Amino acid sequence: MSAAMEVQPYVDPRDRGGAAQPMLIARELQRYFRVKGAGKGAVVRAVDGVSFTLFKGETLGVVGESGCGKSTLARLLLHLVVPDSGELVFDGDAVGETGGVNIGDLRRQVQMVFQDSYSSLNPRMPVQDSIAFGPMVNGRSKTEARRIAHEILVKVGLRPDLFGPRYPHELSGGQKQRVNIARALAVGPRMVILDEAVSALDKSVEAQVLNLLRQLKRTLNLTYLFISHDLNVVRYISDRVLVMYLGQVVELGPAAEVFARARHPYTRALLGSRLSMDAGRRIEAPPLVGDPPSPIDPPSGCRFRTRCPHAESVCEARMPTLGHWEDRSSHVAACHMTTPDSGHSLAGSA
Amino acid sequence: MDGHTEAAAPLLDVRDLTVKFVSREATVTAVNGATFSLRAGEVLCLLGESGSGKSVTLRALMRLLPKQAQVAGRVELGGQDVLALQGKALRAFRGGEVAMVFQEPMTALDPVYTIGQHLVEMIRRHKGGTKAEARARAIELLDLVKIPSAARRLDAYPHELSGGLRQRAMIAIALSCGPRLLLADEPTTALDATVQIQVLILLRRLQQELGMGTIFVTHDLGVAAEIADRVAVMYAGRVIEEGPVADVLRAPAHPYTAGLLASTVHDQAPDQDIAAIPGSPPDLRRLPGGCSFAPRCGLATEACRQAFPDPVYPAPGRMARCLRVADVLPSLIGEPA
Repeated sequence: MSAAMEVQPYVDPRDRGGAAQPMLIARELQRYFRVKGAGKGAVVRAVDGVSFTLFKGETLGVVGESGCGKSTLARLLLHLVVPDSGELVFDGDAVGETGGVNIGDLRRQVQMVFQDSYSSLNPRMPVQDSIAFGPMVNGRSKTEARRIAHEILVKVGLRPDLFGPRYPHELSGGQKQRVNIARALAVGPRMVILDEAVSALDKSVEAQVLNLLRQLKRTLNLTYLFISHDLNVVRYISDRVLVMYLGQVVELGPAAEVFARARHPYTRALLGSRLSMDAGRRIEAPPLVGDPPSPIDPPSGCRFRTRCPHAESVCEARMPTLGHWEDRSSHVAACHMTTPDSGHSLAGSA
Repeated sequence: MDGHTEAAAPLLDVRDLTVKFVSREATVTAVNGATFSLRAGEVLCLLGESGSGKSVTLRALMRLLPKQAQVAGRVELGGQDVLALQGKALRAFRGGEVAMVFQEPMTALDPVYTIGQHLVEMIRRHKGGTKAEARARAIELLDLVKIPSAARRLDAYPHELSGGLRQRAMIAIALSCGPRLLLADEPTTALDATVQIQVLILLRRLQQELGMGTIFVTHDLGVAAEIADRVAVMYAGRVIEEGPVADVLRAPAHPYTAGLLASTVHDQAPDQDIAAIPGSPPDLRRLPGGCSFAPRCGLATEACRQAFPDPVYPAPGRMARCLRVADVLPSLIGEPA
């Protein structure tokens, strides 16, 4: 009848909230870890008030240096580490609350691929059994689960007859990571968290796996949270980018904008630390000096102020806020220089 | 004859270096006839992916390989035959003439000794002198590598330092006896981006000030671009391309180098696939006959599978072991050498 009815976009039957409902909303997520031997009551503020939105079908890149809390954040999203406080909303349903989505259902719809491809596989299990394990736990018969495993192996570019019966030690790093991706996909997730999933691979293999991830996202209608310390990879694969420093979000926005017009001095320093690949344009002076401070006793106010070239008294006194982060097009930074009336002498200029 | 024009003898000369690890099950040829040389004061990057033999080559240069490794070929440092060194001469050579910076300072440093103890032991072992003299020299060295409040850090244990400071301490130890040759095995790979560039710039400055020849092993083309004078690209145990860093990165002569450049994510358009090299590196227990890269190479012909290609010199100072250099690098062929 009407033209609009003929073009039916693919709708996942599990999609409850509709295309406009974000896949995941995180509000003020917080997790501290107690540390022994670092003084009474010492805690690592691993994730300290992190908020962001992950829209359906997008790839959100999470970047930051070691210890910034990006891996803890990934584990909080799956409740592999339980948050101290904060709210998680998956496709419109609150996670882990009455009337919301329970943790088991969440983990069926959100899967994770880890960095170390070897230690994330059972060394005493042929990889086809590792992949079939998820579907079997979720009620499929053994033969059915094996069939799914073989289908997925084809999708990740491994011949099931050749690679299915092998043990992890018989595979190369790239092949093992393909198996880990296959295992994550075997339960039919809607969202995949990739925690430094390509970081341990050689460059030529990394490129293959990145191409595979992009292709799988298209064909299986997936949403990615892509965690990496490699800015070049994040720029390539992400629609939007979230930058973390010492447990907090310092900048969030569309990838093209963040990379072209970074607003937070830390993001600019990270971008300035990227190696040029051109021996004629070497970096003459490092954008930052020193290492990130300890997350056990972070600086007051803005956590970046101890390394920031623009730090002023207001940065020590008050913690800057991120602003309006909820929208897809929001480009926000937690920096007093971006807030017009913050009291910073450069306020409004960044 | 080989395209090189330098008159003086090189600081380091490596000819047909071969390292085999023999076990009951298999023989792994980790380095398979690597040949390269280094002038005094020059920085050479050995570039390659895991299993290419770059780290084993580096360890062979310092005679750090285990006994079961079968090493053949020639390694000469300033005219002395490194592979023939024994006993006292070998101990003086290691640390005294050649020093190494490792990738993971946390495992390379001894956790029960302070940074100062590491340095003092090293200095007194090679240069003698009293403890107090060695300690004074140790503080100078920590200042040299830009460790803040050096005197205090001397008494710190490795775990009390951040990753960046640990790697600086490691560099100080390596430089403590004024080596003629510095070997660095992925010294910045484990560091964060903002710290990596600090350490790279430090190494570059120290190398220029102290003038030692440096071999820098890395898998990262960006690191090579920042620090190297020349690069030697390794694949399956052989140096398959060599030349000035800017030329090799701008116009690679070997299809593997070209593939590595294309597959390194760097400003590619987000909506296009990356030009990845298909397949994976060969099994070092069963190397293919002919060119080791031929099974993954889009340009390979029957001739490539017959014998490993001899070096060709497409331009002054450049070498590639490929029969199809003319197709990879058409513009350079025919230019007057």
